[in-house]
Amino acid sequence: MADTAENKVAFELVTPSTLAISEDVDMVVVPGADGDFGVLPGHAPILTTVRPGVINMYTNGAITKSLFVEGGFAEANPERCTVLAEGATDVAELSSSDAEARLAAAREAAGSADEDGRAAAEKELRIAEEMVRAAGGNTTQH
Amino acid sequence: MANLKELKNRISSVKNTQKITSAMKMVAASRLKRAQEAAEAARPYAERMERMMGSILENAGALESAGAMLSGTGSDATQLIVVVTSDRGLCGGFNSSISRASRNRIRALQADNKETKILCVGRKGRDQLKTEFGDTIVETYEGIGKSGVKFDEALGVANKIVEMFEAGEFDVCTIVYNRFVSAITQEVTESQIIPVQLPESDGDAEAQDTGPSASYEFEPSEEEILAELLPANLNVQIFRALLESSASEHGARMSAMDNATRNAGDMIDDLSMIYNRSRQAKITSELIEIISGAEAL
Repeated sequence: MADTAENKVAFELVTPSTLAISEDVDMVVVPGADGDFGVLPGHAPILTTVRPGVINMYTNGAITKSLFVEGGFAEANPERCTVLAEGATDVAELSSSDAEARLAAAREAAGSADEDGRAAAEKELRIAEEMVRAAGGNTTQH
Repeated sequence: MANLKELKNRISSVKNTQKITSAMKMVAASRLKRAQEAAEAARPYAERMERMMGSILENAGALESAGAMLSGTGSDATQLIVVVTSDRGLCGGFNSSISRASRNRIRALQADNKETKILCVGRKGRDQLKTEFGDTIVETYEGIGKSGVKFDEALGVANKIVEMFEAGEFDVCTIVYNRFVSAITQEVTESQIIPVQLPESDGDAEAQDTGPSASYEFEPSEEEILAELLPANLNVQIFRALLESSASEHGARMSAMDNATRNAGDMIDDLSMIYNRSRQAKITSELIEIISGAEAL
């Protein structure tokens, strides 16, 4: 694990296939299951599930990087913040047309899903909706 | 002494074999590199996941509502064995060592009057186990990791296991796979994935390191996090096993093919030596015949 500089949070974003990010940041905002929460150095230990949404990393008061995650788990303690995400994409790389296509496919799947597939289809739908939102924000930025 | 033509054919056939084995070695070496990178890239996730499981278990203590996946069904009468092998052979002792370990385990369990079920990942494992335990093989997955192991493939296997567990078809699940140590060494590893077992020594060391971590807050609640974390943990464990196995397979194949190439080389040397000797002997005897013929005139 990287040494923690003073007043920094050692933020790690890990996906099943790779260690996506390992960086010291001033603050990181994570979309927790019960609402977004910001992690500053000295944060109380917390373990939470993550809903689909955007993680923002802040350094010197500005967002340095935004990442879209498809859900997962987050652990924060005074020194570090670790997010285990099932899938992570840099928001700058999201395209709203891809997201729209995924949403359309998810809507269709959710409409035709039977009892067994319902939970999975609804989850996919939520991910796609958040993805469209994240990608939409992306097009206005540029 | 074998005649010259026969020897010549033999040499050229061994040469062809050598070409094939050395090509296979090259292919395995390049695949090994990719598989090894993938296996190493996946380690952080599994480690963090384990740490998180550790934190939550420490805090939650003996959660009675945690569910059977964590605490077990209270019995170990039916055991599911996940046997991870490759689809293709020519990789030395890679598959047979897994089969041997599985067979020993199953026999020991059966001697204990436990019921066993087998889930095969990879065709070779099924081929080697089906004569003895054919009727207990529940399912075989083939073609996994053809172009690198995908998380979705692991998910497919994990979902099947969860489905079976929820249907009460087994109590304990163990996965047998080759752990990648280095390109020439694989270690047969048997690890229990249901009920969850955490590496004990690691958990303790971690707990002492981080001291205050004893008072975690949970959002939404321990139960809800566990309900998601446990299946996710299972997925990751299986994914990891598949990655390790795939890297091991290519490593094993590479060293097996390296050996085969070297052996073919030795064989070619020996055969060439015999060939040259018999050629010389033939020439000498022909000369003697001609000379003695000329002298007789």
